[in-house]
Amino acid sequence: MVKWYPTEDVQKVRVKRANKPARLRGGVSPGQILILLAGKHQGKRVAFLKQLESGLLLVTGPYKLNGVPLKRVPQAYTVPTSTKIDISGSDFSKVTDAYFAKEKENTKKTEEAFFAPKKEKKPFSDAKKAMQKSVDAGIVNKVADPVVKKYLKTKFRLRNGMFPHTLKF
Amino acid sequence: MAHARFVEIGRVAYVNFGPEKGKLCVIIDVVDSKRALVDGPSTGVARQQMPFSRISLTEFVLPVKRNQKSANVAKVFDSHEIVKKWNSSNAGKHIEHSLRRANLTDFERFKLMVAQKKKSLALKKELKKIAVKH
Repeated sequence: MVKWYPTEDVQKVRVKRANKPARLRGGVSPGQILILLAGKHQGKRVAFLKQLESGLLLVTGPYKLNGVPLKRVPQAYTVPTSTKIDISGSDFSKVTDAYFAKEKENTKKTEEAFFAPKKEKKPFSDAKKAMQKSVDAGIVNKVADPVVKKYLKTKFRLRNGMFPHTLKF
Repeated sequence: MAHARFVEIGRVAYVNFGPEKGKLCVIIDVVDSKRALVDGPSTGVARQQMPFSRISLTEFVLPVKRNQKSANVAKVFDSHEIVKKWNSSNAGKHIEHSLRRANLTDFERFKLMVAQKKKSLALKKELKKIAVKH
């Protein structure tokens, strides 16, 4: 006996649920030091500022210490450490997802534009440089211990005998 | 062979593997060539058989009789202050240090690395001073 099925193919209506923002994992709180696992800044230890609306984490090097700017990082690409620094003196409330949006260029898709020599890359905006400076100033000044500064400057590295699953961070 | 540690009734042993890992126990009886009957009422080891492959013999021997009751084993164990002696012995300290190493956080590991580098630099400096010049 063949199982009953409708004569016309009926599309199953799927209820679309709103995406919940990612949960902050690993007991991470503002000021915690994270280790970045991927990208240009692999292995660098950075300060966690806040979680943005998109679920990404806002981090900063601070830039002077390890060259990591104000940056958005997915949680999965970080390892939280148990060390925390004081970021209460820093104001980063204006930094949101919109801050990182790319500027839209109005280029018409014409043949001339396609073959025209590529324009130079736009320099890093002064407004963003100023924001970076103001956010970092509140953090770097509060780091009293030179060892902590050195810690933020140094990259995380695995050596012989270090196995990530046995390491405590 | 003068300083060899023997499996004997009353030998205090340290458990290396298994559910009783990290605890001290006393050998109460020997089952066969591969297993002993151990008991550690003061350290939380229930009276049970234990393969010799799981334990390391310590330097301590207690005046315990074969198959002595747990309560009496506890009395002898406590009166000899074995835990205190173990913690201050070389082997006990070594184990404490390896546990400490295993539980270091990332920042502590970093500080350790900095300290080791400093030490080796100072050492190299001194060695260079006393090295024979060719």
